[in-house]
Amino acid sequence: MSESTSNAKGAVPASAEGADPQKRSAAFQIEDLHVWYGNRAVLHGISLNIPVRQVTGIIGPSGCGKSTFLRVLNRMHEFTPGVDVQGRIRLFGEDIYESRVDPILLRRRVGMVFQKSNPFPTMSIQENVLIGLRLAGIRNRGLLEERLEEALRMSALWSEVKDRLHAPGTALSGGQQQRLCIARALAIRPEVLLMDEPCSALDPIATAQIESLIRDLGQRYSIVLVTHNLQEAGRTADFTAFFLEGRLIEFGSTKKMFTNPSQKQTEDYLTGRFS
Amino acid sequence: MSPLSNSSDPKPESRREAANEDRAASRRFRIRKVVDRFFQILSVLSAIVVISPLLFVFVFLLSSGSSALTWDFLTQLPKPVGETGGGMANAIVGSCILVAVATLVGTPIGVLGGICVCEYGDPRLRLFIRFIADVLNGVPSIIWGIVVYSWVVLRMKTFSGLAGGLALSFIMIPLILRTTEDVIRLVPSVYREAGLALGLRRSQVILHIMLATAARGVLTGILLAAARVAGETAPLLFTAFGNRVWAAHLQEPIAALPLQIFVYAIAPYPDWHRQAWAGALVLLALVFCMSIVVRALTRQKSP
Ligand SMILES: Nc1ncnc2c1ncn2[C@@H]1O[C@H](COP(=O)(O)OP(=O)(O)OP(=O)(O)O)[C@@H](O)[C@H]1O
Ligand SMILES: [Mg+2]
Repeated sequence: MSESTSNAKGAVPASAEGADPQKRSAAFQIEDLHVWYGNRAVLHGISLNIPVRQVTGIIGPSGCGKSTFLRVLNRMHEFTPGVDVQGRIRLFGEDIYESRVDPILLRRRVGMVFQKSNPFPTMSIQENVLIGLRLAGIRNRGLLEERLEEALRMSALWSEVKDRLHAPGTALSGGQQQRLCIARALAIRPEVLLMDEPCSALDPIATAQIESLIRDLGQRYSIVLVTHNLQEAGRTADFTAFFLEGRLIEFGSTKKMFTNPSQKQTEDYLTGRFS
Repeated sequence: MSPLSNSSDPKPESRREAANEDRAASRRFRIRKVVDRFFQILSVLSAIVVISPLLFVFVFLLSSGSSALTWDFLTQLPKPVGETGGGMANAIVGSCILVAVATLVGTPIGVLGGICVCEYGDPRLRLFIRFIADVLNGVPSIIWGIVVYSWVVLRMKTFSGLAGGLALSFIMIPLILRTTEDVIRLVPSVYREAGLALGLRRSQVILHIMLATAARGVLTGILLAAARVAGETAPLLFTAFGNRVWAAHLQEPIAALPLQIFVYAIAPYPDWHRQAWAGALVLLALVFCMSIVVRALTRQKSP
């Protein structure tokens, strides 16, 4: 598996610098996305291509609609009553809001990691990682074991937990719990990983571990990373999108945006001139 | 305000003021201490008032019942009227069977109802079901006896363990429903979200995540409801009816401890009175055991 992905990776220019994200192959193609809560619009016409096998950071002040944007990408918003979505979102070319798309299958392709680590409290480490596969109907023990190790290795947790796979997931430290949640999302082999401020509840060391993990995962997965922390975006994201009051202000390679933003508002935000 | 900051003040006038204030503060402090003491004593007294009837009942039961609480009492059938001796073995087992039937019927309905109320349906339906459950909780238990009598006993043309268990289950259902709803509501929604984001179906999330996380609370609710109905007498009067011998199956009248206690207590024989006390003691012990299990379940730290 890793071989085929690294080959595929070779087909994509290794350096993100200077490349125009809109022209690269896209994991998500988002066109004119509007979202309302009741009759209050929170996203006003977002158009954006999320590049394949890159980390795309989403930054912007609190309440600008970052989490909302993330949740419409795997249709998690459908569990919030009164949300209205308009526009087109394509995942590798396929419209995810078409009636024949099963949201269950969509969510297996688009994994999600939340701000607060939330391993299932009744399950062991192993059960936490495998629950998605088990309930998707996979019974083959050999396959499950293989996926368990693969997911835990990819989330850089294997060496720390391989001797206590049956310990409860909640017995781990905060950073380990968050990596366990990443492993749980990776076990079903998604194509895209959505992360909503995955480090904001962690200490600096755990944050550094997860950030480096995200950079590694960005080699194989298309990752959308929402963050409040500009340094974090600078350190981890290949591309960055700046949202402001429900609008996409600027999108481009992180390096360019952080050194030479094209929009005045982006510059103001990055230099902390508004809060 | 604070005496420390004032003491460094050079002006004697304000120093005097500060001293006055100090004195006033310490007076207030003394008054507060007295009031505090008073309420402490008051709450200890009310605790005693609450606990003493329980202790009294328990001691009284022990003293009146323990003499008749023999091995025979636990293992023998009642002797024919007029003879002394014999026991309530059939009533003890009968009560356990009735509670088991009630639990088997009441648990799935109550738990599913609780799940339905907090996971499915539009909010108005939920409110309606909750309202109904609250009303049902308040229905006097004898009403359930009458209902089951007219629905089941008249139709089957016999009193039966089935009818008795059914009457008890009607009391259990709203109790279980409300506790299930409450404990599932207590499960943080982040777990639901995490499950849904993994591509689990809604039913899988409910079963494997929400219900599993709340399992101990649900179990506690079931046991509490079972303990509650174990002592019910009224709904059994014309459903289980009672039986002086073993019931061979669920379609014939069956003995139950509360019924037997009732019959023995109002009979004119001193031996029966003693046995009624012993029966009450056994019933209390059964309920007590269930409460201990509940305590053990709730004591373990919940996730
Ligand atoms: N369930 C909801 N019902 C109504 N309005 C909502 C709901 N969730 C979010 N909103 C509103 O939508 C807007 C965008 O919210 P969102 O959570 O997407 O912001 P965010 O950029 O993720 O903020 P933060 O950085 O604080 O997480 C906010 O103004 C918020 O008040
Ligand atoms: Mg957010």
